[in-house]
Amino acid sequence: MSVAKPLPHDTAALHVTGQARYVDDIPLPRGALHLAFGVSDVAHGRIISMDLDAVRNASGVVDVLTAADLPYHNDVSPSPIPEPLLAVETVHFIGQPIFLVVATSHLAARKAARLGRVEITPLPAVLTIDDAMAANTRFEGGPRIYEKGDAASAISAAPKMLEGSIDIGGQEHFYLEGQAAAALPQEGGDMVVYSSTQHPTEIQHKVAEALGKPMNAVRCEIRRMGGGFGGKESQGNHLAVSCAVAAAKTGRPCTMRYDRDDDMMITGKRHDFRIDYRVGFDAEGLIDGIEFLQLCRCGWSLDLSLPVADRAMLHSDNAYFIPNMRIESHRLKTNTQSATAFRGFGGPQGMVGIERVLDHVAHAVGRDPLDVRRLNYYRDVSDTGPGTGRRYGAEHSPNADDLAPQTTPYHMPVEDFILHALTKQLVENSDYKRRKDAIRDWNARNSILKKGIAFTPVKFGISFTLTHLNQAGALVHVYQDGSIHMNHGGTEMGQGLFQKVAQVAASRFGVDVSKVKITATDTGKVPNTSATAASSGSDLNGMAVQAACDTIRDRLADFVASRAQADAASVRFEGGMVHVGGEQLPFDDVIADAYMNRISLSSTGFYKTPKIVWDRIKGEGRPFFYFAYGAAITEVVIDTLTGENRILRADILHDAGASLNPALDIGQVEGGYVQGAGWLTTEELVWDDKGRLRTHAPSTYKIPACSDRPDVFNVALWDGANREDTVYRSKAVGEPPLMLGISALMALSDAVAACGPAYPDLEAPATAENILKAVQKVRQ
Amino acid sequence: MTIRFSLNGETVEVDCPPTTTLLDWLREDRELTGTKEGCNEGDCGACSVMVTDEDGARALNACILFMPQLHGKAVRTVEGISGPLGEMHPVQNAMVENHGSQCGFCTPGFVVSMAVAHLGGRRDHDDVLAGNLCRCTGYAPIVKAAEAAETQPIPGWMHDKTPESETNLLAPETSDALAAWYEAHPDGTLIAGATDVGLWVTKGLKDLGDVVFLHRCRDLQTIQDQDDTLKIGAGVTMAALLPVLRKHHPSYAELVRRYGSEQVRQAATIGGNVANGSPIGDNPPALLALGATLHLRKGDTRRTVKTEDFFIEYGKQDRQPGEFVEAITIPKSAPALRCYKLSKRFDQDISALCGCFNVAIENNIVTDARIAFGGMAGVPKRATSVESGLIGKEWTENTINAVLPLFRDDFTPLSDMRASADYRMVTAQNLMLRYFHDLSGNTVSVLEVTS
Repeated sequence: MSVAKPLPHDTAALHVTGQARYVDDIPLPRGALHLAFGVSDVAHGRIISMDLDAVRNASGVVDVLTAADLPYHNDVSPSPIPEPLLAVETVHFIGQPIFLVVATSHLAARKAARLGRVEITPLPAVLTIDDAMAANTRFEGGPRIYEKGDAASAISAAPKMLEGSIDIGGQEHFYLEGQAAAALPQEGGDMVVYSSTQHPTEIQHKVAEALGKPMNAVRCEIRRMGGGFGGKESQGNHLAVSCAVAAAKTGRPCTMRYDRDDDMMITGKRHDFRIDYRVGFDAEGLIDGIEFLQLCRCGWSLDLSLPVADRAMLHSDNAYFIPNMRIESHRLKTNTQSATAFRGFGGPQGMVGIERVLDHVAHAVGRDPLDVRRLNYYRDVSDTGPGTGRRYGAEHSPNADDLAPQTTPYHMPVEDFILHALTKQLVENSDYKRRKDAIRDWNARNSILKKGIAFTPVKFGISFTLTHLNQAGALVHVYQDGSIHMNHGGTEMGQGLFQKVAQVAASRFGVDVSKVKITATDTGKVPNTSATAASSGSDLNGMAVQAACDTIRDRLADFVASRAQADAASVRFEGGMVHVGGEQLPFDDVIADAYMNRISLSSTGFYKTPKIVWDRIKGEGRPFFYFAYGAAITEVVIDTLTGENRILRADILHDAGASLNPALDIGQVEGGYVQGAGWLTTEELVWDDKGRLRTHAPSTYKIPACSDRPDVFNVALWDGANREDTVYRSKAVGEPPLMLGISALMALSDAVAACGPAYPDLEAPATAENILKAVQKVRQ
Repeated sequence: MTIRFSLNGETVEVDCPPTTTLLDWLREDRELTGTKEGCNEGDCGACSVMVTDEDGARALNACILFMPQLHGKAVRTVEGISGPLGEMHPVQNAMVENHGSQCGFCTPGFVVSMAVAHLGGRRDHDDVLAGNLCRCTGYAPIVKAAEAAETQPIPGWMHDKTPESETNLLAPETSDALAAWYEAHPDGTLIAGATDVGLWVTKGLKDLGDVVFLHRCRDLQTIQDQDDTLKIGAGVTMAALLPVLRKHHPSYAELVRRYGSEQVRQAATIGGNVANGSPIGDNPPALLALGATLHLRKGDTRRTVKTEDFFIEYGKQDRQPGEFVEAITIPKSAPALRCYKLSKRFDQDISALCGCFNVAIENNIVTDARIAFGGMAGVPKRATSVESGLIGKEWTENTINAVLPLFRDDFTPLSDMRASADYRMVTAQNLMLRYFHDLSGNTVSVLEVTS
């Protein structure tokens, strides 16, 4: 069976030979025009006048558009609150598009865009979390609060209490392919759009609104992105809408790609947070209550900030049962880029908050943080599963109440907890205890350099928290020669979704995966799709494709069974053959016969995630179908003179359920870890006091380079199936591994802790400068 | 000007403005879209191409490579790393087999870098690939692929031949011709590796006016062994300098190993790094600590200046219109020289500060001291107060601690996106401590530690 094979990425051979085509590589018809934005250089202000004559007169310029020139909706927002494509009257951040240049070349458009003279009267700019709290600029009126038990009382009553705060920086996606789109005008005012997007339906929707057309006049297609990471969930709207509007106006194909600096100046990033905490615990480090204050900097527009901030709240327990918890979340509006989706979608920030608490508590009680983490884990429900004899609280069993699943701060029972066993295996395989001792000895011998080691777990909730998004469609054709054409609503951004889903399709028909043609995501084939986001790609689209395949397969089974006078349910599709009543028929022959006998060989498929129900205002329900788990142990070394640091070794055990493709899943785990570690170490976004982002290119914003990966990097998948009925019992794997990188931050904290008695209080990202600051602090 | 070069084995002649980049030409005019634009500033490597000339093959960033720099050379893009009949190169096969691509956008650049390294028999993959960023894989499978391909044979098509090329006025063949041109065009722009000037065009969108390309001046690319000194031509690339430094100045060599990336070092010249006067270039602090001499030339007039006298203030050097840096002389031996680069990331990052120390100690008394920093002032600058504080003193940790406050007399650093003023000051002082421990034989670099 094709499923579970470690096949390479479906277009790996095209990647390595340069033949894989991205949006900007698509040959356009003659006369295509190129677009660029003129942007604001003021963080907040009123537009007094615009002198765009020099722009219009520049070489190669065909047209210049401002908000007044947009014929219909001037709105690229993915949320109910509008976000203008081009600024109207007021500018809200440095980098906000004000006018759109249409020119005969990319370079001509870029050059002309710099010639605009826009007079702006500055208004007070709200730039930081402190500014926003002081000015009370926020979304949603006031804070959102999720609560379980009575945290304040639990903290007061606890034998020990501590409080603290951590700043957590944002993160630039740095997809290697910048944002790009192209629009080709069609007859009758229709529009075809190519967009490097995780959300083709949203592009279709926004383009249709901007053109004053119904959605059926617009078709959006995307074969692949050069990386997305959440940064192409909503941020591509500007380019696609611009191309469509300019194409409609000029009647010529239009294309737009951001130069890297423009991309970083204009588009949103991961939300930065400050998280304050108060925690009550006992002498062993067992926590009874926590209060979290999450201050989330959303930037100037709403974008996806509400569900991001919600997810941060929903992961402020991570793997720990906290009997009493209160989470207060403020969604702050600032005059900076509108923060957006980024792999983990708020989950990582929430998780850093609770992992920081565990680290702090362990330091306070003087225990190995690993032990304190395990002490606070959710109960392992599998202990009470069938066959344990303890399931029903009978006389010989412990009280049934003690065996019921424990609930999260949002009142969802944790029924699938596997971290006790997973942790045990990882700790043993990585030789943690011995290495921990060896590091203590090494640190005693070395005064300038110090090592640290840390374990952190991941429990990540799988499903869109906006329940209606948990649906997917597929379209599968089998052609009369037996070749299969597969399409679904998911998009390929490098994660290997297309291959995994093709493996599902091949398995349903019992044929080799090479028979399945993977085709570009296309709103004309599968409508009303959700963004490929929330790690949901293979869960949702795999199931939808499975349903489509099964519809065709059932028709084929009925057909061959009736001819063979066998039971349709007994027909099997395996090894390229159809097995019926002791006979084996080549799949291709059965298809040819079915065609001759007028059997429909095409079907849609549909899937919606079961069991989920969620009230985001009350903070109650079951927002997630299941949890994905994992754990990492990272060893680091720091230089106490400079703060320089390195990851020396990482050991990871990650839960991908029954993996659809272990090679691709390990790729997600390794890449996610490095991206997460980068977020928490070298990746620092710096805005100046005028609100200008100073780190807007790879020369100043430093994602991990080749030598930054751990010298020793042991990555394995947990051997276990999803207890929920997902596609082949696999688990989502896109986002959860990013949070394994939190172990790097905690290992750095451990190394700093070796320098003095105080708690390190390390900020994120733990740049060399922040580490040096923390070293100085613990020594005082 | 007409530029003649070989592209994927076929000779081409191109007429285009001199500041057209190879990347734009490949993608827009030639429709060879395998080579990608990731940053357009030479920092991500997605546009890496292989360029072969009489010195061999190298990987370069096509986004900051101007077309005239290719005159007389051979270029191979990712499309040409595969064979003429579409045969896969061993590194391409290894990348597929080891799951080295995810989104695939950085992959053509990686494949080119790996194929060039494979051709040269290199195994220092982390250094070879430091200039290729990948956001998906975390690099482990890419390095596995590079290792897997190491022992595979080199395909025949990788051995490129360079085409005949005629002398071109924009790319003089000798420093004499260059000197004459520059004297006649004192407002013109000299382009050596274009790793800095390239950004004036791709990011600054500047029109450079008169330009001249230095890469064909072979007489600027020599390193002369002169008894106790080395005279390094201004046109020597950082990549060509690296093996020489490894022999004579290993700590300086370690600094250069982290200078830019393989693609940048293969283009950037030592002369360019000095002449542009940047306060954060990595060569000047080392040259200051070594007591290097600069050789300047205008027309037929030559003079020498001490490195410290060349850097006058931010944006201003002791260089007349029409005058250029022709060579740099450094001592061959300086066993106490240590160079320390601090940056957010180890590889391919501009220094927050770069400190170079060269102290002479006799009978445990400091007899001479040359200590210089980049990133601490508007120019690369010696720590003269600290130096004076050390000379004549006993070489002990107490002496070091006693001179640390003098750093504040020498420097008033600024805060920027790379580091705060406070961090710069504290770590400049701490690097002095590191130097003491380093000379005492202690391990002082996290790069030397393993799990």
